[in-house]
Order: sequence, then C-alpha cells, then structure tokens
Amino acid sequence: MNRDQKLSPGRIAAHILLFAMAVVVLTPLVWLVAATTKGKNDQFHYTFFAPTITAQNFLDLFKKTEVLQRNIWNSTFLASITVLVQLFFSSLAGFSLAKYEFKGKKPITILMLATLMIPGQLTMAPLFELLHRLGLVDTYLGLIIPGAVSVFGIFLFRQSISQVPDELLQAARMDGCSEFGIYWNVVMPVSRPMTGAFCLISFMGTWNSFLWPQIILHNRELFTLPIALSQMVGVYSQEYGMLMAGTLIAVLPVFILFLVLQKEFVAGLTAGAVKG
Amino acid sequence: MTQPTNTHKKGWYEVQHRVAPYLFIAPFLVTFLIFGCYPILKSLQLSLYATNGPKSHVFVGFSNYRFLITDPDFRTAVWNTLVYAFWSVFFQLPLALGLALLLSQKWIRGRAILRLAFFSPNLMGQAFVAVLFGILYVPQYGLVNRALHPLMPHLIPLDTKWLQNPSLVMPALVLASLWMYVGFNMIYFLAALQAVDQDLYEAARVDGAGPWHQFLAVTVPGIKPVSVFVLITATIGSFQLYELPYLMLNNSAGPKNAGLTIVMYLFQNGFVTGDLGLASAIGWSLALGVLVISLGQLRLTGTLRNEMQAGKGGKAR
Repeated sequence: MNRDQKLSPGRIAAHILLFAMAVVVLTPLVWLVAATTKGKNDQFHYTFFAPTITAQNFLDLFKKTEVLQRNIWNSTFLASITVLVQLFFSSLAGFSLAKYEFKGKKPITILMLATLMIPGQLTMAPLFELLHRLGLVDTYLGLIIPGAVSVFGIFLFRQSISQVPDELLQAARMDGCSEFGIYWNVVMPVSRPMTGAFCLISFMGTWNSFLWPQIILHNRELFTLPIALSQMVGVYSQEYGMLMAGTLIAVLPVFILFLVLQKEFVAGLTAGAVKG
Repeated sequence: MTQPTNTHKKGWYEVQHRVAPYLFIAPFLVTFLIFGCYPILKSLQLSLYATNGPKSHVFVGFSNYRFLITDPDFRTAVWNTLVYAFWSVFFQLPLALGLALLLSQKWIRGRAILRLAFFSPNLMGQAFVAVLFGILYVPQYGLVNRALHPLMPHLIPLDTKWLQNPSLVMPALVLASLWMYVGFNMIYFLAALQAVDQDLYEAARVDGAGPWHQFLAVTVPGIKPVSVFVLITATIGSFQLYELPYLMLNNSAGPKNAGLTIVMYLFQNGFVTGDLGLASAIGWSLALGVLVISLGQLRLTGTLRNEMQAGKGGKAR
C-alpha cells in the first residue's frame, strides 16, 4: 500500500464500503422515525416517509394506552435514582481501592472480579424469594437495592481515581480535610469525565433492563417503559405506527444523552478492557 | 475547596483516616453478602427443592436436574441458545474487527461519524430492538423483505415469513443481533488498535514486512487480550439471550419453540409457573455452561497465542 497516494482505487473502495454499511445500519432507525409519522393507510404504502405526515400515532399512543405517560415517568424516576445510588457507592468503593492500602484489599478485589463472571440469572430465584420475604417485591426498592453497588462502576472509578495525583490528596489532608471530604471535594470534581461515562452506562442499563423488572414488578402502575411496551406488543401487535411511536419515545432519551456524553462514554466503556 | 473540620481533635482525625477505606467499601460488601453471596448459596440448596412460589418447599434431591435432562423443551432451549451464540459470535467478531481495522486507518474521511453510525443501534435496549425488528420482519411489506428480495429474488421471496417459519427464526435473531452488537464490539477493537505501539509497525516495515505480515506480527498480538475479552463477553452475552426473541415473537417462544432460549425457559418455569427450585437448577446449568465455555475459549486462545508468538519470533528476526 503506497502511503503517498491520496486517492488510490483501494481507498475509494474502502470509503464506499464503509459509508454503504453505515447507511445499511442507519436505515432501520430512519425507518423507525418514518413509521411514526405515517397514517394507517400509508404505513406500508410508502417504504419510508409518506407525503402526508401525521401525529396520529403519538395521539393514539397516549389515548389508547392511558398509562404510558406514567411509564415514561416511572422509567425516568427509576433510572435517575439508580444512577445516583450506583454512582455514589461505586465511586466511593473505587476511591477506597485506588488510594488506600488496607487489610483484605486483595481478596475483596478478587471477589469483585469473580462476581463479574457470574450470570445474574443464577441468583434470580433465591433473590426473588429473599425480596419477597423483605416485602420488596413489586416495589422499586426491589430493583434498586440489590444493584445499589455496581462492580463494573467500582473498577471504572478505581482506574480513573488511581490517576489522581497523591499530592493533591495529601495537600487536602494538610488542610485538615476529612477522608470523606477528600472524596467529595477533591476526588469527585476531578473525576468528571468518568462520572459522565458511568452515569450514561448506568442509565442505559436501568432504562433498557427488562427481565428483572418483569419479575419484580406486577402492578401496572409501576411498569417501566420496556415492560409497558411488551404489553402493548401483546395487545396492539398490528398497530405498527403506534408501536413505533412508543419505541421512539423509549429510545430517544438515551440517544440524546449519548450525543452529549459521547466522548466520555467510549473512554469509559473501553477503559478496563484495554488496560487489563 | 476544603472544609477544615474546625479545630479537630488529633485522635478523631487519625481514626477516620484509618477507618475510611473500610467504610467506603462497606456498601459493596454488605450488598454483596446479602444480595450476591447468600442467593448463590441459597440457589444451590433451592435447586434441590420443588417449590410453588416463595412459600411451599419440598425436598426432591436431584430430580430438578433429572427433569431438565429429560425435558424436550429444555433441550430445545439449550440447542437454540448454543446455535444462536455460535452464529452471532461467529459473524459479529470478524465483522467488528474488519470495521475497526478500516476505521483505524488515518486516511478514512468521516471516521467519527462512521463510528457513531455503527455504534448507534447499541443504544437501543434489546427489548426495543426486538419490537422494531418484529415489524421489520413482516412478510410482504417489512423492510427486511423489501431490501433483501431485490438482491436475492429466488432465495428470499417477498412474502418470506421470518418469524412464522420455525427454520427462519434463528437467522432472523442472528441478523438482528448483528445489527445491534457489531458496532459495540467494534468500539473495543478500535480502542485496542489505537493502543498498539506505532513504533512496532515502523520496525516491522524497516524489516521489510508487508501489510499482511505487519498485521500478523504486530496487530494480532497487540489486540489479542482485548479480542479474548470481547470473545468471552460476547459469548456470555449470547447465552443470556431473552428479550430479543421474546418480544420479537410477540411475547412467545415462537413457532415450534424456535425462539425458546435458556433464560426464557427459566423465566417461564421459575416465575410464570412459580417453581423457584427448578429455576435455580436452570440457573446453575446456565452458569456452569457459561463457565465451561469461557474456560474452553481461554484455553483455546491461550494455545493460539503461543503459536502466534513462535511464528512472530521466527518472522521478525
């Protein structure tokens, strides 16, 4: 391969291939948006957008599935609380592993690594039984508490916090800052990029999670968006426009968050893998 | 930026410094013991009981496991899961690596946009992808048939019933999984490629190595740890397949259970029927299966590495 050649046939072919593939990958998403704007009769008449654009699908969605607004609120509430709880506990534990020497640090780290390899389905039955005994079935606490500390998040923060210079922490200690004060006033402010990445990863995890909420939540009032959508699929399987409108609403927040936090997100996602 | 804790007593300050790391890690330890460790042990015990909901338990020994071995539905679920895991990983990883190799070339224009495009499907949860593809696979009018029929008129008629024909359900699932995960794995390969020491390429070039030899001698060993990581996580992920078939097939296992997976079987038996004992036995079967396959992959890639290093040593010098 000649490096000086700016536009060799091979390079042009590579560009064509990549952009063609990108178009293929994006087509279903464009179709999804188009489907939400088409009336019933136009739905399959036009492959993508129809000449007349309608908001009927969204109106139907909110009229026929009177709980949907509630589901949007539920998902937002649940995901936000989960993110805050996981962020706090995971970064705190990550700080502990990154900046302190203490007895039992090694076995704890190994324990954490081991938990990453256990498929969650293994513990679902006994966990359900336990939560039932604690009265947490059919509550958001049953979803939040067992996952309050993210091991993935601990490793993420351990990695990023270990790069904070020790002198900074020592200086704070000289000023009489408590250890928690150091975490709150020194470590977290300089860990902003990782915080952004983790918030998005954690938000996506909760927002998109299906199986465990399906097991824990029985009351329709508490259903999250994926669960509500699965109920809609059962009842309105032929109402394509409406289903797509529901799907679009469900995926839009994650797309928006991603566009805002893209850089941090990719760095966070791959941080552990490349170094480890 | 600091809040001096007024005229702190030296003793208190010492104590909080010593206790801090334990306090900071305590939430993990507590939740792990209660919601991780205890359920793991408990599931071992529970798998030896027949239960009906969380309340009634009867000791049955190994008959849950015996039941699983003989249950044709469980066999279908295991088979489907294995077939899906194999094909999705088989197509996902080479495609992801190929894209990453191209996208890591500096002369490609619009790399950021391309990367974003390939990654974007992964932002949708599996449940939402399933609802979307359930409609994309509609016979006659669905986008998949509309797009593929003109390319392969004989192989794929316009009325191909992807989700109604038992033998097409698996290809439909694998195709959807490719759409969703190729870009995700690509991100890992890209990060690995960017971490490869560029001087090594220069050295190989000086030694007269062509692009192909550079790839084998520098790129392959350089990205190997990440590749093994991606291989194992992709496999484990495939084994936990559930939402995609369940929602795509209209909240069911599909025609002739063609979309029944191990986790779907677990959900139906453990939480619809309410046999938590059986669910625990299924959970253990899944966990052991995943463990065996991951270890097998580690073994396999470990031996591969030794061969690769031997080959590289021979070539570089």
